[in-house]
Amino acid sequence: MLNVFYFLSFLAVLSAIMVVVSKSPVHSVLYLIITFFTIAGHYVLLNAEFLFIVHIIVYAGAIMVLFLYVIMMLNLNTETEAHKSTMLKFAATICAGLLLVVLVGSLKGTEALPVNAVADEDLGSVQRLGKVMFDKFLLPFEISSVLLLAAMVGAVMLGKSEKANDIL
Amino acid sequence: MNALPIDYYVWLSAALFTIGVLGVLYRRNAIIIFMCIELMLNAVNLLLVAFSSRLNDPSGQVFVFFIMAVAAAEVAVGLAILVTMYRSTRSTDINILNRLKW
Repeated sequence: MLNVFYFLSFLAVLSAIMVVVSKSPVHSVLYLIITFFTIAGHYVLLNAEFLFIVHIIVYAGAIMVLFLYVIMMLNLNTETEAHKSTMLKFAATICAGLLLVVLVGSLKGTEALPVNAVADEDLGSVQRLGKVMFDKFLLPFEISSVLLLAAMVGAVMLGKSEKANDIL
Repeated sequence: MNALPIDYYVWLSAALFTIGVLGVLYRRNAIIIFMCIELMLNAVNLLLVAFSSRLNDPSGQVFVFFIMAVAAAEVAVGLAILVTMYRSTRSTDINILNRLKW
């Protein structure tokens, strides 16, 4: 169990770094897919099977296809992207490192949570989550459907080209 | 089952979130910046699931579900904006979008 956790965490962090440093956007997307699958593996370790399935469908299925489709449509697979100057990159790394220091420093002194004696095995099952979602969270669920509809209409309106003979 | 301490997940999420922030600051390509935002959202999702299964509270996992819905909407609209931007500037470099710069 611990070995699986270490393996998945190592893979997740490594491929997340590769998303940032790889030159071509296509490679970044492929490394991002690896990161998403490792996070899905973490969900399995945490007994969240419903979120595991939803994560695979939404991220590896929908969002990654959207990214790859846009990269293909804009023809961005060349490595001709202009990079920031070395000083700006250095400053960005310093800022991110400072954020990590702040996070570690603020979390270091916290007390450990009391461990539950009985871990609920089917906490993340579809049945339990469905009961909570359609009971306590019914209004947010409906509002999120309106949000998705608005996003769909907005994306279509933004993507529509103004001139009829525009190539893209 | 579930013998792992919650600290491990806290450190992993902090590392992933920091890598996401680093990517947003480090790169100029708008698509990579979107991907790094997804990375940050995923770090937060992982921590929410870890705490929800530790505290035996299914509300955290429902939250993750809503975050996924919002992330999908955000990516759809953001990439549509990106296509519109590419159409007018022929590039996805964010340094071209400097008209609001003082």
